Amino acid sequence: MPKRPGTLKNPEQELRIFRIRALLAALVVIVLTSLLMGRLFYLQVTQHEIYTTRSEKNRVRIEPLPPNRGLIYDRNGTLLAENRPTYNLTLVRERVDDLDETLNLLVELLDVPDEEVEAFQQRSRQRQRPFQPALLMSDLNEEQIANIAVNRYRLPGVEVEAQLLRYYPDAEVMAHALGYVGRINAEELAELDPGRYAGTHFIGKTGIERFYEDELHGQAGLRKVETNARGRVLRELGRVDPVPGENLTLTLDENLQRLAYDLLEGRRGSIVAIAPATGEILAMVSTPGFDSNQFVTGIDFASYRALQEDHDLPLFNRAIRGHYPAGSTIKPFLALGGLVEGVITPDRVINDPGYYQLPNDTRRYRNWLRWGHGRVDLERSLAVSNNTYYYSLAHEMGIDRIHEQMSGFGFGQRVGYDIQGESSGLLPSREWKRARYNQPWYPGETLSAGIGQGYWQVTPLQLAAATATLANRGHWVRPRLALRIGDEPVPRDLPGTLPDIELENDAWWDRVYNGMEKVLTGNEGTARRTGVGLEYRMGGKSGTAQVFSLGQDQRYNADELAERLRDHALFIGFAPIEDPQIAVSVIVENAGGGSTHAAHLARAMTDAWLLEDEAPEAEEIRETLEHDNGRVEGN
Amino acid sequence: MALDKLMRALRGHPVRPPQSGIKRRKSIWERIHIDPWLVGLLMLLMVAGLFVLYSASGQRIESVIAQGMRFGLALGVMLFVAQLSPSTFLRWAPLAYGLGMAMLLAVEIAGDIGMGAKRWLEIPGVIRFQPSEMMKLATPIMVAAYLNRCQLPPRLRDIAVCGAIIGAPVVLIAIQPDLGTSLLVASAAAIVVLLAGLSWRLIGSLAVLAGAALPLLWMNMHNYQRQRVLTFLNPESDPLGSGWNIIQSTTAIGSGGLWGKGWLEGTQSQLEFLPERHTDFIIAVLGEEFGLVGMLALLTLYIVIVGRGLWLATSAQETFSRLVAGCIILTFFIYVFVNVGMVSGILPVVGVPLPLVSYGGTSSVTLMAGFGILMSLHAHRRLLPR
Repeated sequence: MPKRPGTLKNPEQELRIFRIRALLAALVVIVLTSLLMGRLFYLQVTQHEIYTTRSEKNRVRIEPLPPNRGLIYDRNGTLLAENRPTYNLTLVRERVDDLDETLNLLVELLDVPDEEVEAFQQRSRQRQRPFQPALLMSDLNEEQIANIAVNRYRLPGVEVEAQLLRYYPDAEVMAHALGYVGRINAEELAELDPGRYAGTHFIGKTGIERFYEDELHGQAGLRKVETNARGRVLRELGRVDPVPGENLTLTLDENLQRLAYDLLEGRRGSIVAIAPATGEILAMVSTPGFDSNQFVTGIDFASYRALQEDHDLPLFNRAIRGHYPAGSTIKPFLALGGLVEGVITPDRVINDPGYYQLPNDTRRYRNWLRWGHGRVDLERSLAVSNNTYYYSLAHEMGIDRIHEQMSGFGFGQRVGYDIQGESSGLLPSREWKRARYNQPWYPGETLSAGIGQGYWQVTPLQLAAATATLANRGHWVRPRLALRIGDEPVPRDLPGTLPDIELENDAWWDRVYNGMEKVLTGNEGTARRTGVGLEYRMGGKSGTAQVFSLGQDQRYNADELAERLRDHALFIGFAPIEDPQIAVSVIVENAGGGSTHAAHLARAMTDAWLLEDEAPEAEEIRETLEHDNGRVEGN
Repeated sequence: MALDKLMRALRGHPVRPPQSGIKRRKSIWERIHIDPWLVGLLMLLMVAGLFVLYSASGQRIESVIAQGMRFGLALGVMLFVAQLSPSTFLRWAPLAYGLGMAMLLAVEIAGDIGMGAKRWLEIPGVIRFQPSEMMKLATPIMVAAYLNRCQLPPRLRDIAVCGAIIGAPVVLIAIQPDLGTSLLVASAAAIVVLLAGLSWRLIGSLAVLAGAALPLLWMNMHNYQRQRVLTFLNPESDPLGSGWNIIQSTTAIGSGGLWGKGWLEGTQSQLEFLPERHTDFIIAVLGEEFGLVGMLALLTLYIVIVGRGLWLATSAQETFSRLVAGCIILTFFIYVFVNVGMVSGILPVVGVPLPLVSYGGTSSVTLMAGFGILMSLHAHRRLLPR
């Protein structure tokens, strides 16, 4: 092949050039390799510690082990609050092939309602650490779990996770007494010990669940686990077991509680029953109840609004927060106060013309029986619920001594030991009125106090506690709900117990008891109809309270108006008189005039507690009441 | 003048006619045109690679067997290519180059889009093919074929022609977009020009020019490409996104220490924290499980292979052969450097596998084809008289 002169090649020179260049290339190779080796030396020797730490942090994860919350039993071992396994649906986005397709399939499988589909899809798109599961749905039902399980192969990255959730089997009946747990909110979180609550999502919000939160919760444990990059746990490297919460045994009796609830069903009211000797609360019911389970997972807005706007105030715990005038149920306590102060003796007799007049005052304070009861002593004043006797007594005692004596029974203060959110009620005094209204105390107001009206407001729990004290011959015991924490009994001598009430003559107690017994069994007794066929000695006192509004923003419609203007029916009772086992207070809102309604319920409670044979069904008692309705037996 | 040379090269005239030459006894290796040292070193590398792969694939023996079979195929391709004479490469260079360019244009017009870039050419049901892969060999051989016609060191005009030969495919690949491959093609071809004796003054001015072009390059980059560069400069800026790879790979290597955590004992690798651990990031598995000692051993093996390759290149008789051989072996080194540099965090993340260790067929076969050419150029030297 001929070559042009200009392109004459010089093989020797070309080889020489190549050799030099190749040598230079070899040098560059060596320099670059040294650079790599230097970098590796830096990573693997100089910085080795840092990267070892980082690699350990990658691999080892500390997982909190939340303790199981203590269970709650009634005094007979019936389970009132348990932990139920529930199932949550989670999704790891990095392991999902086609997110949209997966979500559509899930919506179909889980039967997600149309209006929630968007929120459902939103949850899957929340940004988080790679390979961390996102919570799509909680508390799956069995059908949903089954649907997911069957279609697992079509759903990579979708998992069903188990979690323990609080569950109240008897929610409506127990809601007010037990309270409930709910998700820990931001304020609560700020005050919690993070170590102790690691991994815990729920905390007691109200009632027993809140009061005994420390005992019920327990102590979180932890485990060190090795995980892969997907967060899957491969093995456990170390473990500190959680300390489960203490089980709690309550003084409540589930049967009695349920009876009380059934007795009040369809009504607004409260029943509190206490064992007088120990202060153990046997039943504490406020109706209407509500389903506390709704609050555990977080109640939806519409349901919450419905509960809030219900005129019957189902969320309101009447037993410890309801303020009612005690009405005539206050009379035995006033009588005892008068005896202590020496204002009266059991034998003192007054003449009742049907009204009482203050000196230098023309106004007549009326007895409920317009023509009067005539000669009235202590026992008869209770049996017939005479007003004049107590106007006189109140006037002679004066408001100061009334306040002092009634404080001794626990009125105007919180009486419960482990009752969360209890109200102190209101026991008026001169000082209180001056501070509240900047007005002096008027003598007429003392007379109102004498029949349990006016400013004076009591809670059903206070009334029951005072009745228990009365039944105990003045020995004051604090009401409480916890019987045992774990295996430890709650001590009897609770702090803050009031001094006992002592009478000059111990036999005077029996005079008061006699009067109260005659309420039920005397031929003039205001609740004599209720006392028919009593198989044990029972003392009681009826009461009627004039209506006042409970809530702040109650709006009445025309139909409700008439019903809501009716008086509240009250009754306190205890039995048996010689060895009291149960003291009970009953309040039925707007039950109408007379004591029939509340008295029957109180008797049903004592029957159920004291009689071996089957107590009458709540249903029957309510039927009797319907039959009696309208018949006024007296105040 | 230059055009004339180009035309000749394009027509594929051989440098010298082959001669039936001196008869003498040849060893078996010479007879099959294989350099036993180089093949031995490459096979040693493959075996080491399979060990690491077993660990990196999550102890899947299937992956190891598949990779072993690819190595067998690659060795076969090498053996076949080694039988071809250098003149064949010289003759076919223009055709291969022209065909590659045509296919690159076809990709641009009718290419298959995968991963946001048009890289694949597909005849449905028959073959799926990445023309840019072919240009990694075709472009430098074309440049060598052209320079073979010139007086060396090349003059400015020749260099301009070489620039055109290199520039056309590089631009086409870059707009696919596949910046990594286009840079590899460009550097492979540039090596040929450098080995041919490009004057130092020109090298200097080109370097300045390249520096000036950087901002221009940045402005024309795609977002994901910019992201890679930014992540490279500061991996901590996006630790869960694109910085994840680098953080995990440096953690794997660094935690390996001097002696490593032991084969199959690397937590970063075995617990899947390390991404792409059996392909591009496989060396991090070695670093974690065999430590600095293992890394240095592997790098040394690569250096010895590169050294042997350079020696073979230098001892080739013909300028064309020397240029192509030198280019192939230095490109091999660039792969190693870029991969290890990327995994250890001194270079940005680009998709370059570690030669003969990373899992994957195409790159192994292309590489071994290259070594086949290298051996052919070396073993056929005696057929080309001075």
